[in-house]
Amino acid sequence: MYEAVIGLEVHVQLKTKAKVFCACSTEFGQEPNTQTCPVCLGFPGALPVLNFTALEYAVKVGLALNCSVQEFTKFDRKHYYYPDLPKNFQISQYDLPVAKEGYLDIEVGSGQKRIRIRRVHLEEDAGKLIHRDNISLVDYNRAGQPLLEIVSEPDIRSPQEAYEYLVDLKSIIQYLGVSDCDMEKGTLRCDANISIRHKGASVLGTKSELKNLNSFKAVKDSLEYEAQRQQGLAESGREIIQETRLWDEKSSRTLVMRSKEEAKDYRYFPEPDLPPFIISREKIAQIRQGIPELPKERRSRFQKEYGLSQYDSGILVSLKNNAEYAEERFRIWPDKNKKLVANWLIGPLTAIAAQRNQEIFQLEISPEDFLELIELVEKKQAISNLNGKAVLEEMAKTGKPPSVIIQEKNLSQISDAGSLEKDIDEVIAENASSVNDFKSGKTNALMFLVGQVMKKTKGKANPKVAQDILKRRLSGE
Amino acid sequence: MPTSDLNTKTVVQLRSSLVSGDIRCSDIITSLEEKARRTEAEVKAYVRFDGLKASIYAPQDDKPLSGIPVSVKDNICTEGENTECCSKVLAGFQPPYDATVIKKLREAGAVILGTKTNMDEFAFGSSTENSCFGPSHNPWDLDRVVGGSSGGSAAAVASDEAIIALGSDTGGSIRQPASFCGVVGLKPTYGRVSRYGLIAFASSLDQIGPITKDVGDCALCMNFISGRDPHDSTCAEIEVPDYTKSLGEDIKGVKAAIPKEYFVEGLDPQVKSILYEAINKLKGLGVDIASVSLPHTEYAVPVYYIIATAEASSNLSRFDGVQYGLRAEDKEQGAGNRLVSMYKKTRGEGFGDEAKRRVLLGTFSLSHGYYDAYYLRALKVRTLIKNDFGAVFGDYDCIITPTSPSVAFRIGEKSNDPLKMYLSDIYTISANLAGIPAISVPCGFTKEGLPVGLQILAKPFDESTLFKIAYAYEQSTPWHKMKAKI
Repeated sequence: MYEAVIGLEVHVQLKTKAKVFCACSTEFGQEPNTQTCPVCLGFPGALPVLNFTALEYAVKVGLALNCSVQEFTKFDRKHYYYPDLPKNFQISQYDLPVAKEGYLDIEVGSGQKRIRIRRVHLEEDAGKLIHRDNISLVDYNRAGQPLLEIVSEPDIRSPQEAYEYLVDLKSIIQYLGVSDCDMEKGTLRCDANISIRHKGASVLGTKSELKNLNSFKAVKDSLEYEAQRQQGLAESGREIIQETRLWDEKSSRTLVMRSKEEAKDYRYFPEPDLPPFIISREKIAQIRQGIPELPKERRSRFQKEYGLSQYDSGILVSLKNNAEYAEERFRIWPDKNKKLVANWLIGPLTAIAAQRNQEIFQLEISPEDFLELIELVEKKQAISNLNGKAVLEEMAKTGKPPSVIIQEKNLSQISDAGSLEKDIDEVIAENASSVNDFKSGKTNALMFLVGQVMKKTKGKANPKVAQDILKRRLSGE
Repeated sequence: MPTSDLNTKTVVQLRSSLVSGDIRCSDIITSLEEKARRTEAEVKAYVRFDGLKASIYAPQDDKPLSGIPVSVKDNICTEGENTECCSKVLAGFQPPYDATVIKKLREAGAVILGTKTNMDEFAFGSSTENSCFGPSHNPWDLDRVVGGSSGGSAAAVASDEAIIALGSDTGGSIRQPASFCGVVGLKPTYGRVSRYGLIAFASSLDQIGPITKDVGDCALCMNFISGRDPHDSTCAEIEVPDYTKSLGEDIKGVKAAIPKEYFVEGLDPQVKSILYEAINKLKGLGVDIASVSLPHTEYAVPVYYIIATAEASSNLSRFDGVQYGLRAEDKEQGAGNRLVSMYKKTRGEGFGDEAKRRVLLGTFSLSHGYYDAYYLRALKVRTLIKNDFGAVFGDYDCIITPTSPSVAFRIGEKSNDPLKMYLSDIYTISANLAGIPAISVPCGFTKEGLPVGLQILAKPFDESTLFKIAYAYEQSTPWHKMKAKI
């Protein structure tokens, strides 16, 4: 029985206004090479100057990940040649990272599991290479953007745990407001180290490093593939070679990129252009003060304050903006228990958002309108549940209040018995066999007849009222 | 004032004539250019000389350096003007920005000359023979070197092809050529002058400083180039005093230390005796002289060559043909190898032998498995050397040594023996390792008529003491008034 031993290296681009060692803007999506200066282009004679906001963000993340934040930190040069790296060295941190020895608790089937964080360090990003028609172009807009590297210990034991770790890590960092953590935009990147060993063994196996992981799903899939591949090698008695492997999305396989013999010597040494930095205890305390409520705390508060299940609150808090969106609505819902509102948020609203490729917080439905709809459906039973969802969709589309949509589309639920009598008479007359079935004890037939009433009223009949009337009528008075 | 010899004047002299309206800036430039046209063919103080490119004739305003032309070493960035570090790899490079010192000088009214002064490639050398443009020649003896690496700046000032010049000093590159050419050169305290725009050789050692005809000009220049710079994190936020106020201060009772390790084998006997005369002169001026020990002196050269080459190997890695300067390609190569071949060819063709040697040395000492034994250990010994100076400065105001163990040597004499060449920095290197300021002033001539330099060192950010002593010495000696016959 084998188990996987996994460690993740996550790079997060910090969303400071300026780059980490110069004043250039970090705005995404600008014309290539328009956000550059002699410093981030690595021009001769230019010198880096630390953007302290980036360092503060790094400290913030370190604290949120329960790390010990170092009062004395410094930068180092990491050397390698690549055209996207203007100086052919990257200003990074080697032996004195901003933060180290932290942890992140993730949810696994049975409960919580602690994944230790080895280190969190600040560095500069490289530019971007664009390959086109047999030539390569470089865009240095990204060069010098602040990047945080977060390295876990090899405490992760399955691809699923890796996935959970990433989801939680992303959520925490988004809560801190220091990064968008958007894998598509490259503001979150992940490399994974994986080896296998016999379950219970204490020695680590030979690892592969996986790169080119462009989504959380790719992380999970590639780890699953790689665990299988390594296990296959082990079982057939072949050697596992230490190497860097690329995930190929199309073929769902990992392919060799380079082996350890080609591993690089980065020739780290202290960056002489930047003196070491002292971050005082007072400053660290001040940054700690600025850490907002994090997802885990918010989840338990939602459970306690709003009477939600762990599952529901978990879904609602994972994205900070969604949690705030939800909470805004909880606050003005009159009942103490917010379960109804949560159901509408997680159910219909999330579905509508997903259809539109959005998150719920991006939908332009005012809290008042949203809650009015829930009240109309759930309390006043003015419209049916099904039509309620249709109204909600229309609300997302047009921004109109629910009452207006209900009126325009004539969707008011018919709950008064008198107005339904005629339709019910017709249904009874048209469905003699079902009526007989019901009378002979097949209770299912009643639901069919209710369905027919719904159909006749274009969904407007209050199904409960319709059912009551049908039952009364067929029970033979 | 007759305008034909303006090139021989000091900044202080020229300023008074400019202020009184006797001369204009263009007169100074004309005078310098006329002189340069007569002597450049022999001296070769400038690179790509074709006039001095004084593109901005400062208006006759009242800024403190208005109208004063400044010559600049080829490794200090001047916007839109070639700045090539005398290396083929930077051929044609025109920085898009001014170095902070250039900006500060322009703001003070100075006219920056676009034609740069010659140097050893990337400041790697002690003779200016390692320039891709060929060596400069010493105005006192054209067969001899000018020293280096700021040899062009020193030669330009010494031959009156410049009024003042900027150099850079990583291990003696201002002081040693100043000494060889009979002019004044200062390496400021590390962090006194911004390095922004100085193309780095060894970032923890480099400093920009002035090379001038006398101590007064040196102090004046320092008033304008010193001070904090938001673009250089290693530049100190320490107030800049008016250095010219130190000129003329009494030096009676100043305590000077003579390190015994500096007066041993290898010191040219003529230089030694000239030095002792200078020390006696200082004694006569009231300076208390005592002998001290700087016990780790013998390690300065090896420590320096580990730290300096390590940093250089890193700093020079950016010269790869991608963005600027030389790009050499092998178009025959397949796509996969083309990038690597561009790196190799660009660097192979672009760097001279000494640059290659230093990049190799530095790369080696930073390599995995060697770092602790070389670089890390060198850093530790550097601290010991620094502590040596700290201990002496607890009791003394300054330290006095020769600037160089010899006078200017013959061109070609040491160029095939790097070790011998490295040893010519033996007295200057320690100041860079310790980060302290040091000045070289002319203190006499050998029988052959070659200038000798006296080095004074002081504690960090105490340039004022250097100026006070150097000025007092200069005022009581004729050396700074001697002119090379060229």
